[in-house]
Amino acid sequence: MADLIASNLGTLLLIVLQTLMVISFVMISLLFLVYADRKVWAAVQMRRGPNVVGVFGLLQTVADALKYVVKEIVVPAGADRTVFLLAPMTSFVLALIAWAVIPFNEDWVLADINVAILYVFAVSSLEVYGVIMGGWASNSKYPFLGSLRSAAQMISYEVSIGLIIIGVIISSGSLNFSAIVAAQDGDLGLLNWYWLPHLPMVFLFFISALAETNRPPFDLPEAESELVAGYQVEYSSTPFLLFMAGEYIAMFLMCALITLLFFGGWLSPIPGLPDGALWMVGKMAFFFFLFAMVKAIVPRYRYDQLMRLGWKVFLPMSLGWVVIVAFLAKFEALGGFWARWPGVGA
Amino acid sequence: MTIADIAFFAFAFTVVAAALFVVVSRNPVHSVLWLILAFLSSASMFVLLGAEFVAMLLVIVYVGAVAVLFLFVVMMLDVDFAALSAEMAKYVPLAALIGVILLMQLALVFGAWATADGVAVLDSPQATPEGTHNTAALGMVLYDQYFLLFQLAGLILLVAMIGAIVLTLRHREGIKRQDVLAQMYRDPAKSMELKDVKPGQGL
Repeated sequence: MADLIASNLGTLLLIVLQTLMVISFVMISLLFLVYADRKVWAAVQMRRGPNVVGVFGLLQTVADALKYVVKEIVVPAGADRTVFLLAPMTSFVLALIAWAVIPFNEDWVLADINVAILYVFAVSSLEVYGVIMGGWASNSKYPFLGSLRSAAQMISYEVSIGLIIIGVIISSGSLNFSAIVAAQDGDLGLLNWYWLPHLPMVFLFFISALAETNRPPFDLPEAESELVAGYQVEYSSTPFLLFMAGEYIAMFLMCALITLLFFGGWLSPIPGLPDGALWMVGKMAFFFFLFAMVKAIVPRYRYDQLMRLGWKVFLPMSLGWVVIVAFLAKFEALGGFWARWPGVGA
Repeated sequence: MTIADIAFFAFAFTVVAAALFVVVSRNPVHSVLWLILAFLSSASMFVLLGAEFVAMLLVIVYVGAVAVLFLFVVMMLDVDFAALSAEMAKYVPLAALIGVILLMQLALVFGAWATADGVAVLDSPQATPEGTHNTAALGMVLYDQYFLLFQLAGLILLVAMIGAIVLTLRHREGIKRQDVLAQMYRDPAKSMELKDVKPGQGL
């Protein structure tokens, strides 16, 4: 057994198995996230939500997914067939591959690379291609308008997400998620986490994450009252399923990012309790709940207001914060509260 | 042949093939998509060299931002490629001449490439120097060793950006703009008046 694991084939098998584990975790949680999203939304609007398929309607998403898969794929006559089908696949695959560097517990990570956070940022900046390609290949007006909006929106909010991440990187002195979480470890439990030193940026990151994943109140690319469904108008069956799954996976990834960057990943909030992957999953679920609540209670932004918020409010604020954090870290304010690289301060 | 070799040849082949398709593809949007594939494959080759930071930057900057703008422009433009290719045929000899001259110049430069003894850095560039990460090593070079030059480069880019803004900036008269702060601080008591109108009387 040990020989097999040490050989090339064994390593390959091991990597494939680990990959399958991560993918199955993401896909199974996806099934229940969509369900939870709809239940939360229903509860806010005093409806029952899905409650027919399975106990409490838990299997509703499975039924929906099956329905999408067995339906006919309709490709519009004027569409660019290759790009049309490539777009949902791009969107889905890109949403999945970002999980390769997300750690769920100490050493529970598929690829423990040095530039993990940049990798996630790069992959999420590629996600715009699924939308643009889908909108263009549909060869129709609403999808095209939707995809143009979406591209501008995703690029705008990526800038502030990048700057907020830089602040965290300055604080922890590393681009590796495990090191960033390790920098948040301490005797004070949840008071050691980065949400406290980076408090304003937590809100900015959350809002930018909503905009980056096209969630309400920033769901302008698919605004059903003006653009029918934006770039998804011409999609049906499995391609639509891939788009939707990709969107939810990207959102869940943003929950994981907030957890890792600001809320201590797998660290326990109360000193004394054991750390573990359950904390990580629990925190991610909590942030997903917040995403769902925002969808239920906040009205949609107007497009020019969205752009103004991104460029004129978030960009200067996050840029200013980077400068402030750089100074606070350099001069080790509050005993290295902002500078937790090895060998500095507390 | 190690796995890294196989990966190198796979990526190298993809880069060349994708670059070829950028040129021969009839649809400009397809060209840009092939260009993106070429960018991604070259980023993978940086990873193989151990320069992971540069690889990620290539993806973020070129694929995530520059190519998106390309795609924007190309999608919006209504280019008639039949007319363009007819026009292009005229310039093919000139283009070929320039290409050949460039190729010869490169051959001259690289054919006689020699480094003085003791210049170890140029001879064998290392992506990750001893005892540090690739990212940290780059940071040391850019922010410690060549701090001034790096800042100057940034300043030049800033000037270019300001220039572009100045060229396209125009103030139009008579346009209503939304002032969000003014809206938020408006006092309801001052901006509207409630009147109790008796039925059948009007104002």
